[in-house]
This record gives sequence, C-alpha cells and structure tokens, in this order.
Amino acid sequence: MENYLYLALFAPLVGALFATLFSNSKKAQIVGIITSLLLATSMVASLILLAHVYTTEQIIHVNMMDWISIGHVYIPFGFIVDQVSVTMMVVVTIVSTMVHIHSNGYMDHDKSFNRFFAWLSAFVFSMLILVMSDNFAGLFIGWEGVGLCSWGLIGFWYHKEDIAHSKDLTKSPFSTLSPYSAVSPSWAANEAFIMNRVADLGMLIGMFLIFWNLGTLQYDEVFANIGMLSHELVVAIAIFLFIGAMGKSAQFPFNTWLANAMEGPTPVSALIHAATMVTAGVYLVVRANEIFTIVPEVGYFIAGLGAFVAIGAASMALVATNMKKIIAYSTLSQLGYMFVAAGLGAYWVALFHLATHAFFKSVLFLGAGNVMHAMNDEINIKNMGGLRKHMPYTALIMTVASLALAGIFPLAGFFSKDMILESAFANEAYILWTVLWITAGLTAFYSFRLVMYVFYGKENYHNLGYHPHESYGYVIAAMTPLAILAVIAGWFEEEFVEFITMSLPVWEGHLEHNTHYMLIGVTSAIAIIGVAFAVFKYLKNGTYFSSSMHKRFCYKVLANQYYLPHLWEKVVVKPYYKLSVYCWKKVDMKIIDAIVDGIAKIIYTGGAEGRAIQTGNLSSALKLMVGGVFILLTLILFFGLTK
Amino acid sequence: MMVTLNDYLILSTIIFMIGLFGVVKRKNLLMLFFSTEIMLNAVNIGFVAIGKFHQDLSGQMFAFFIIAIAASEVAIGLGLLILWFKRKNTIDLDSLQQMRG
Repeated sequence: MENYLYLALFAPLVGALFATLFSNSKKAQIVGIITSLLLATSMVASLILLAHVYTTEQIIHVNMMDWISIGHVYIPFGFIVDQVSVTMMVVVTIVSTMVHIHSNGYMDHDKSFNRFFAWLSAFVFSMLILVMSDNFAGLFIGWEGVGLCSWGLIGFWYHKEDIAHSKDLTKSPFSTLSPYSAVSPSWAANEAFIMNRVADLGMLIGMFLIFWNLGTLQYDEVFANIGMLSHELVVAIAIFLFIGAMGKSAQFPFNTWLANAMEGPTPVSALIHAATMVTAGVYLVVRANEIFTIVPEVGYFIAGLGAFVAIGAASMALVATNMKKIIAYSTLSQLGYMFVAAGLGAYWVALFHLATHAFFKSVLFLGAGNVMHAMNDEINIKNMGGLRKHMPYTALIMTVASLALAGIFPLAGFFSKDMILESAFANEAYILWTVLWITAGLTAFYSFRLVMYVFYGKENYHNLGYHPHESYGYVIAAMTPLAILAVIAGWFEEEFVEFITMSLPVWEGHLEHNTHYMLIGVTSAIAIIGVAFAVFKYLKNGTYFSSSMHKRFCYKVLANQYYLPHLWEKVVVKPYYKLSVYCWKKVDMKIIDAIVDGIAKIIYTGGAEGRAIQTGNLSSALKLMVGGVFILLTLILFFGLTK
Repeated sequence: MMVTLNDYLILSTIIFMIGLFGVVKRKNLLMLFFSTEIMLNAVNIGFVAIGKFHQDLSGQMFAFFIIAIAASEVAIGLGLLILWFKRKNTIDLDSLQQMRG
C-alpha cells in the first residue's frame, strides 16, 4: 500500500517536472496528455487507498525520510493516509484529473499551453503534500506550495495591461459589473500571494507556539499532549492557526483576493479557487480538531465569522454580472458554511460539505469556462442568453450543478448543506441558523439568475459577433464524472459518516424527528423559492433589477463588493506605498546608502591622498618607516603604561 | 662609581640613534651601510650588557650571530653596490628609483 501512497503523491510531481522541460517551447499536445495521464494514475492510486482504508480500517503511515534532525528538533517527511486525508486525496485527485483533461480543451489556443500544465500539476503535488503530511511542518510546505502555484496560475496571463480605476461601475476593476476581475492578472496574483503571506504569519506563530510548548510538530504527539497546556495558550494557538486558515480560505478580512483571483484561466478557478486550495483552511481546522475542540469559544468565533462571510458573499453575488465573480462569491459563501460546521464541532459535516462542494463547484466553473471559451472570453452574463440551444450539454451540467449548489433534493448539496443547518440548529445557534437559512435562499436565487441569463431567454450576443459552439467531446466527458458526483455524492452520507468518524469526533444533532423534518422542509422550501423566483422573474421580465434599482445605494454597495477593495486600496495599499517610498527616499537613500557610500569614500580618498607618499625614493621611504616605527612605539608605550 | 646596566643601555640607545639619523639623512649608499653597522653594533652593546648583568650567555651568543650576519650582509651589499656603481657611475640613494609607483 505504501507504493500506492508514493504513486499518488509523486505522479503529479513527475508530470509537473516533465511539463517544465517544455515550458518555454511552443504548444505540445503531448504535454497535456502526459500530465493528465499521470494525474489519472494519481487518482486511481488514491481510489485504491480509499478502498483499502475503507475495507481494512487501517491507517497507512510512512516515514519517507528525515528532514530536520538537530538536537531536540525532529521533523520527518512523514505521510499519513487516514480517513480524513484519503477523503481529501480522492476529492483533490478526481477534481484535478478532470480539470487537467478539461484544460486540454480550454487552453487549446494558448501559446503557453505547456507552462500551464507545469503549474497545474505542481499545484496538485503541493496540495497532496498538504493533505497527506503527518506533521504541521509538512502541511506548511504544501500550504506555501499551493500558494506559490496559485500565484503562478492567477498571474498566468501576466502580460495583460493594468485597468485604470474608474467610478463607472461597468469599467471599474473593483466592481462586479465590469468585465474585469482585478486591475490585472499580475496584480491579482500578487494580491493573493501577499494576503496569504500576511495570514501565514499567524499560522507560523501558531506552529511556533505548538513547538515551543510541546517540542514536536507531529499531529499524533501534538494532539495527544495539547490538553496539558494552559487554556489561554491553546486559545492563542487555535486563533493563530485559524488566522492562517482565514487567509487560505479567503475569510473576511482576507476575502478580496479570491474574487480578484478570477483573473486566472477558468480551469484554475475551478481547481484552485473553488474545489481544493481554498478548502485547505477548512481542512486545517478539521485536521486540528483536537485543538479546536477544547476551546469552544474560538469555535464560536469561527462559526460566527463563517456565517458572516456566507451571507456577505452571497449578497455580493446577487447583483454581479461578471460570471466568474458570481461563482467565486458563491465559493466564498460555501466556505463560510463549512466554517460554521467546523466551528460548531461538526467536523465531519464540514468535510462532507467540502467534498460535495468540490464536485459541484468545480463543474460549475468548468461549465463557465466552456461558455467563455465559446464566447471569445465574454464574461458579462447579460451579453449571453439562449445558449442552451448551442451548448446543450454544458447547459445541462451547469443546471444540475446549480441545483446541487442550491441544495435541492436529492442532489449532493442538499445533504451536506442541510447537515450544516441542522448542526447550527442543534447547537442552539439560532442566529447562525437564520443567517444560513437566508443565505440558502440567496444561493438558490443567484445560481439560477446566472443559469437563466446564460442559457435561457433572448440571445443578446448577436450584435457582439460571437458564434457560440459546444466544447470538445472530451471536455464534456471530463465534466460528466464531476456532474454525476455532484448528483450522487450526497447519497453516501451514512457510509461517509461511519467511515470518517473513525478519525473525526462523532457529531450528531440531537433533534427530534419532527424538528428534523421541519428543518429539512423549511430549508428546502427557501431553496426552491429562490430557484422559482429566479426562473419566473426572468421569464416574466427578462431582467432582475430595474434601472431605478441600479441607482440605489445598496445596489452600488453590493456591486462594489461592499467597497472592501477600495478600503484596502485606501487604508493599506496607498499608505503602505507611501511609507515604502518614504523609507526608500529618506531612510534607505539618505541614511543607509549614505553610511555605506561614506565608508567607501573615506577609503577611496585615503588611498588617493596616500598615493603621494609612494614616490619610489628609498630615503623618503626610510624616513616614513622610521616615523612609523616611532608612532608605533609611542602607542605601545602609551597603551602599555595605561594597562 | 659603578657602571650600571642603565648606562650601557643609554650608550646603546645613543649609538642607535646616531645610526638611525645616518640612515635617514645620508644619501650616499656607502654611508648608509656604515649607519646600518652602527645601529647593529648599538644593539650588540645592549645584548652583551644585558647578558653580562643577568648572568646569561644568550645575549653574548646573539651578539656573535649578529656580527656574523652583519658581515655577510655587508659582503653582499658591497658587491651589489660595486655592480651598481659600474652601471650608473653613482652610489647616490636617489638613483635607485626604478620601482616608482
């Protein structure tokens, strides 16, 4: 079984290295095929590992090699395949295999085709390190690795020009009504990278605290001994670790990078910014559940923040016309859901929603990719319409995925989202429940607003000169397994619970049967109402927000993403820039450079002036020598006597 | 009046300073050799005197070594000096300026 572990882990790395060899040469289809095949190998190996862990209930734990071993510090490259990590591995490899295949079609005409696959496979490798490591240090390597690959992929089209800031909502890079997701891809990439580094500092501090107090970073040892630490210390550790999770999972106030990351190619958004990397924060909380369990107050904070993000992100998605931003905000909102579950101690529920969400959200993004590919990268949903005639399979898959996202029975999202609402209700967190319940309605509405605008109604693209066409057959074939999983993943809830609770705490809502069914009914009702409202309103009016709405303040607030990007720009970016310029012009140039230059100048002038004594005349040299000896003797006498 | 070690050392210093003065002031290479010899012998006086007063033969032994080395040095130095005189027809120190930087 160890060999399957190594196969699953290193196949993507081999693919990445292979693709790197050709990263500067022109498109070679073979690169895409080989990386996809290696990813498929990894997926098969992960599935075999899943079957193994499921049937034998044995955890596979290997120590590949020592990494750091100095004094008391011992950190190995150890990997663990338990119920939690194998679930993550299967989700990650299935989604990434399908995304790799899909990318063969999507990146078809891109001149940096090979480079794309190098980054994409390297990302999967980092993600697998992240989920398979048996210690926090390994997790951190993977954590930074996915951050780096995400940077490379968001900024994949780094040559694009910056977009000027504008008050006009249809042109501003900070608005969800404009076709731009960020100022430019490289801007978005840097923003994502820097924001994550800021949050990672929190995570590092958490890890240092663990190491200082427990002397180890191995999960099993840390979790076995965490109870011995004082409560305040565990609170600090939990908070700092969660700050890291907030950055990676784009929770408020680190949320702006995720929407801006939509500048990257759409398969990247599907894989990294929906299905896998952004869920790493949830994975961290789930993995470190033994730390978070003993500090429920931090858990409540996590849950509260999750609910806040869930409704905040969902509200921003309501008015957006930028297709990818709608789906990005829906991702953010669903991550909020996961954090609510994790914060309330229902860790397996969080993981369950993570898995189902990965399937339907990735396929939603891939569908969006198909649409954009067919429409010459048009991203405004108001410029589409009626596409179901031209792209029937994409339309079908996206509708199914949207139903799953909305939480309609019997699709995957229904089961997992319902469990989260139940966990909120059972914990008597009625405010959280209400917030999530409203969010469920909003989710249903904005998902179907997108579907209606894109696939139904009037064809708005004729005067824009687009000729939409269905994507390649293999692209649809790659999306089909994900779509099927988006439908059926929820049906295995009982098996999943039984399987995952071997390594995660059991959580069961102690609800009466009546309450239980009432909750299901109420939740489904608001989802169905949301969908129905979106559909009928569109069929009746052909639009959602009248032009008088567009002038209202609340509409502008939502379209401007609550002015958060503006706020960061004003409060952080510009002052920091000014501070940097000040440091450069004043501190660096006037003080540090002056000192360094001064020393050099003294030596230089000293040399230039001292050259005069080098006349080559022996008697003057002798005189100087005698003088020197006298000075030295005086010095010796002077210092010798004072001693 | 007893002659003390200090007197010898003062004599040695005076002779050494005379030699040093000659080294610095003279331009004639032959005179420079003389001055060097004076300095060496000033040191010898010091060594011998210290050896005598401290009942230690090392001082005297060292003086012999210095005499021997000074002799060989002068032998070589004079040889070079004659060669130099044959070439340049002068033994002025300032004519030795070919290594000017």
